[in-house]
Amino acid sequence: MSDIMSLGFGNTVPVVEHPDTGKPGRGPLARRRRRLTAFRVAVFVVMGVFFFTPILAMFEFTTRGTGLGAPRTLASWRAIFDYPDLITAIQVSLELAAITSAAGLFLLVPTMVWVRLRLPRLQRVIEFLCLLPLTVPAIVLVVGLAPVYAWVTYFFGSSTLTLAFAYVVLVLPYTYRVIDAGLRGIDVQTLSEAARSLGAGWPTVMWRIIAPNIRSALLNAALLSVALVLGEFTIASLLSFQNLQVAINFLGRANAGVSIAVALASLFFAFILLVALSFVGRRRSAPVHEEE
Amino acid sequence: MAAAAQSAAAGSPDISTAVDARPRKGGRRLPLAWLGALPFLAYVGIFLILPTGIVVVGAFVGPKGGVTLENVKTIFQGFVFDSFVKSIELSAASSIIGAVFGALLAYAIVSGHPDSTLRRIVTSACGVLAQFGGVTLAFAFIATIGGEGLITVFFADHGIDIGSNVWLFELPGLTLVYSYFQIPLMVLVFLPALDGIKPQWREATDTLGGTGWHYWRHVAAPILWPSFLGAALLLFANAFSAYATVAALVSQGGIIVPLQIANALTSETGAVDAGLGKALALGMVVIVALVMTGYALLQRKSAKWQR
Repeated sequence: MSDIMSLGFGNTVPVVEHPDTGKPGRGPLARRRRRLTAFRVAVFVVMGVFFFTPILAMFEFTTRGTGLGAPRTLASWRAIFDYPDLITAIQVSLELAAITSAAGLFLLVPTMVWVRLRLPRLQRVIEFLCLLPLTVPAIVLVVGLAPVYAWVTYFFGSSTLTLAFAYVVLVLPYTYRVIDAGLRGIDVQTLSEAARSLGAGWPTVMWRIIAPNIRSALLNAALLSVALVLGEFTIASLLSFQNLQVAINFLGRANAGVSIAVALASLFFAFILLVALSFVGRRRSAPVHEEE
Repeated sequence: MAAAAQSAAAGSPDISTAVDARPRKGGRRLPLAWLGALPFLAYVGIFLILPTGIVVVGAFVGPKGGVTLENVKTIFQGFVFDSFVKSIELSAASSIIGAVFGALLAYAIVSGHPDSTLRRIVTSACGVLAQFGGVTLAFAFIATIGGEGLITVFFADHGIDIGSNVWLFELPGLTLVYSYFQIPLMVLVFLPALDGIKPQWREATDTLGGTGWHYWRHVAAPILWPSFLGAALLLFANAFSAYATVAALVSQGGIIVPLQIANALTSETGAVDAGLGKALALGMVVIVALVMTGYALLQRKSAKWQR
């Protein structure tokens, strides 16, 4: 414990001569650095083992042959394409992820910017509403959503894509927090006033001033939404829609190997997507939002 | 209802025009400014407030209509009450484990270079894993420590029975499984607080002759404590609300409240008890609301250091 206590924030330990010793690279600062490195390695290794083992186990499980001493096989992975219901469910979940993250941002970002600029009194209300889904768990929401979805089905048909209506609500807290942090980091007032005084309309302010400035927040929010939608089970299952997770769960009873293979693939897909997008978000010169 | 639903559906493109309309008209500032928030309010009203209202009101409506307290009274009976106790135990255990290990991991991340590839990969992984509840997670642990799981088989080959077939589906196993998404969530929630710590504070402590202990005891801990506690409460609410993982892991019975709700909603015997389901849902909302209120208060306290 004392080791951890004496740690500083590594990148912040200045590489300068220590006033007491006068020598660089020795003394308390260097020791602090070494302890910090040891601590980081230990944490990453322990956490790595904890988080990788189940994923490794899933992969191992999908490569098992049938019967004792059977050779390793990729039959489970090949069999994915033998289940058309599964393929449909994968497509639907991907579409839901795209719709939800886009719709969530379109609904929330302009509202938040607008409220900041014109309706500061409403800010608390918006925050409360956005964080409310954290207080109303999906399992509770679905109890009340069942009658609402009778109307949704009446107006929009019974497509699984209508789940996006509920999913936008589910992602609100995460989207809100990320966007809020992003907007806090910039001076919305000054930026928009400057743009307006140069003759920009509100859509231009949103798309070409605010959005590029909170680009990484927008990306983060979209990523969280995608990850959440790809993993959603509760609402889809209890409203009797077939999304990816429901299909996997159903298939798990018939063919555990195939369903675990799909589950693993979806996990990898989400992970690769998030890593890739987080690198895109880092390029400062990346062109963003050319739509307007 | 119809018009509202449609305007909510068309909400996205509407916003920019509604927003655009205000300044040109001039004069009537307030009413038109409110239009900008209308699509959002309408949408949330239909898909969040209305369902919540249905639950709250429904909890006090009897099977034949009319106001009753019977549904709510059921919560305090036998197995239903037990499921609340189990839910709270599971949430508390997994949130404490998640908070401690998540904080350590977050600190290990923050102490590296802020733009490093490692940090990007780990935070992205946390983003995925924090949402990685549900079916996939249940399967992952069945493939790991289930009857035919990797670790179970490995130990069985060496003559050791880890007995996970018993405890995996009980509280200890569920706590372990929940840690798998609680720790990453803690990292996501706690990272901003750690990022808010200024390196200058450590340097100031050093300059004033303070030791590492002094720094943590008198500078970092008092600043981080509200964030840590708040994050732990968020984790509690997260675990308490989780349904999918247990649903996929435990095929029958209702050891925790969400399973009881699902049972009440989709009882296969045909005896759907809508009133009980809503009362249970209301009970969950009350508990989560209490926890989240604590979270919000702590968050406000810690927010001033994160500017």
